[in-house]
Amino acid sequence: MNEVPEQRLRVFLVDDHAMFRAGVRAELGDAVEVIGEAGTVAEAVAMIRTALPDVVLLDVHMPDGGGRAVLEQVRATHPDIRFLALSVSDAAEDVIGLIRGGARGYVTKTIAAGELVDAIRRVAEGDAVFSPRLAGFVLDAFATKNQAPVSDPELDQLTNREREVLRLLARGYAYKEIAKELYISIKTVETHVSNVLRKLQMSNRYELSRWAVDRRIV
Amino acid sequence: MRSPVIDTQPDPIVPRPARPPLRRVRGGRLLTGVARGLAEHLGIRPILVRLGFMLLATPLFEGLGMLLYVALWAVLPSEVGTKPWQDRRQWPVFALLGLGIVFITVVTGWAGSGMLFGWLAAIVALGAGVIWHQIKPDADWLSTIMGTSGRRSAALRLGGGGALVAIGVIGILAALVGLTRESIDNVLNSLLFTVIALGGIALVFGPLIYRMYLQLNSEREGRAREAERADIAAMVHDQVLHTLALIQRRAEDPREVARLARGQERALRNWLYKPSAHAADKFGAALEAAAGEVEDTFGITVDTVVVGDRDMDPHVSALVAAAREAMVNAAKHSGVNNISLYAEAEPDLLSVFVRDRGTGFDIDDIAADRHGVRGSILDRMHRHGGSAEVRSTVGEGTEVRLTMPVDSTETMSDERNGQ
Repeated sequence: MNEVPEQRLRVFLVDDHAMFRAGVRAELGDAVEVIGEAGTVAEAVAMIRTALPDVVLLDVHMPDGGGRAVLEQVRATHPDIRFLALSVSDAAEDVIGLIRGGARGYVTKTIAAGELVDAIRRVAEGDAVFSPRLAGFVLDAFATKNQAPVSDPELDQLTNREREVLRLLARGYAYKEIAKELYISIKTVETHVSNVLRKLQMSNRYELSRWAVDRRIV
Repeated sequence: MRSPVIDTQPDPIVPRPARPPLRRVRGGRLLTGVARGLAEHLGIRPILVRLGFMLLATPLFEGLGMLLYVALWAVLPSEVGTKPWQDRRQWPVFALLGLGIVFITVVTGWAGSGMLFGWLAAIVALGAGVIWHQIKPDADWLSTIMGTSGRRSAALRLGGGGALVAIGVIGILAALVGLTRESIDNVLNSLLFTVIALGGIALVFGPLIYRMYLQLNSEREGRAREAERADIAAMVHDQVLHTLALIQRRAEDPREVARLARGQERALRNWLYKPSAHAADKFGAALEAAAGEVEDTFGITVDTVVVGDRDMDPHVSALVAAAREAMVNAAKHSGVNNISLYAEAEPDLLSVFVRDRGTGFDIDDIAADRHGVRGSILDRMHRHGGSAEVRSTVGEGTEVRLTMPVDSTETMSDERNGQ
């Protein structure tokens, strides 16, 4: 972790639990610069628009619409601010909903501090961050078992390589380990994951929404 | 065919079929089920009862049968649960009989004034019955009348029944007093007053009844909310408070605290997002249950990701058992408290990966008598046509890979649900 002070990422915390915000702030320590925090949707939207952070750490469940509302309102005016969803909810509709709303990644609140900093950095650089569970969700949603006609093969299907990368992510492999396992560079792994994120956000595949609602497994 | 030996015993009480309560039957009725219900109650053949009603309906008995029949119809509850069907075989006979009685009564003028009263009383009973039957035993009358569903038919029934009752009553009055002009005026006058009085009563009590109805509704909603709240309270009390108390008592043991918290988290998640399947039925649910057991036993975290699903069979449960053993090994020997479990159900292949980033080991060093890996994982997988591979690097961790080919012709459970 290069701790060059002037290059520290500017991070904004949105969570309705003050105790949790304090915990994240403490965990992140000096690795990033926490420039602000908000506990409600309205407060978050207003403060993010003035603070212009590099990355917003966003809670899924909040009163008044939750993380989804913050995402939609901020991205309407500032599409270049990046969001990383951070939640205790592993419900598929929450996870897929936030990703489709524009978040570039999803990690659970139990993530270790070092991994969280990595994830923030990755999101700030424009890459995607998938927790093992999210990778599993995506694999499930894009499974080939439903032979429904796909309108756009480019968007509606995963390539074999992307599938392999997602499987390793779901198995708990770090990017470095995936690169080693598949004999590709870390940069290539990142590209694959970003492509999957794009497909997840852009695809109109019917199963994506239906599946997320149907599946209520944690 | 009793043997004499048994005959010396006192006669065993033969349980006679309990006499059915008096009610209108729905199965095998001719018209409304009164006669058959009565026959079943009395233990005689329905046709006898029907003929009895017919006989009583003749002018010989002043049309008593008619009155009796309608009165019984009005007061007897309808049988519930049986599939209704009409016995049409006796229809023509009884229809002819009925027509004959009417013919005799009207043409010969045999009927006395008693007959007329009988008929009119029957009309009153009919009207009353139409109204009473509206009120279902399981619904309270207020919501029957005020309820939005079937309000139209309720109004029709009330109006029709009321009209019948009125006609009957007026007819009886007219027959008693005689149909002179004066008496008709009197009847009309009293009718007018009655209507005015009823209108006044409606004006006074209508809003009251309406308010009662609204209150009833809100009370009912309140009860539903209360039940829901009690449900949550019971769960919180049974589980969460209990766990919190335990955590406070074990505060000096971080491992135990983590174990308790993790177990409670799993229970709460189960409660929030109802599990989609039972562990005995589905591959995914069985794996999650096994992971939960390992978490509880060893106080570690198992990150479980399952893609796809499949019904359980002996091979699949062998795979789950092997996966469980792999998790137990990782929990015991890896030295870390986090394990990744990933499983994927493809149409023709099930794969499970159990991975830890612990101490790892040199596979060649495993003693031959280490039963865990050999017997529980490798052999078990081979016996069921699968394969197992253990990859481990000292210092980096271990991964157990289990694969089991399955019959792809068997419907994948997801497809069955999805289409």
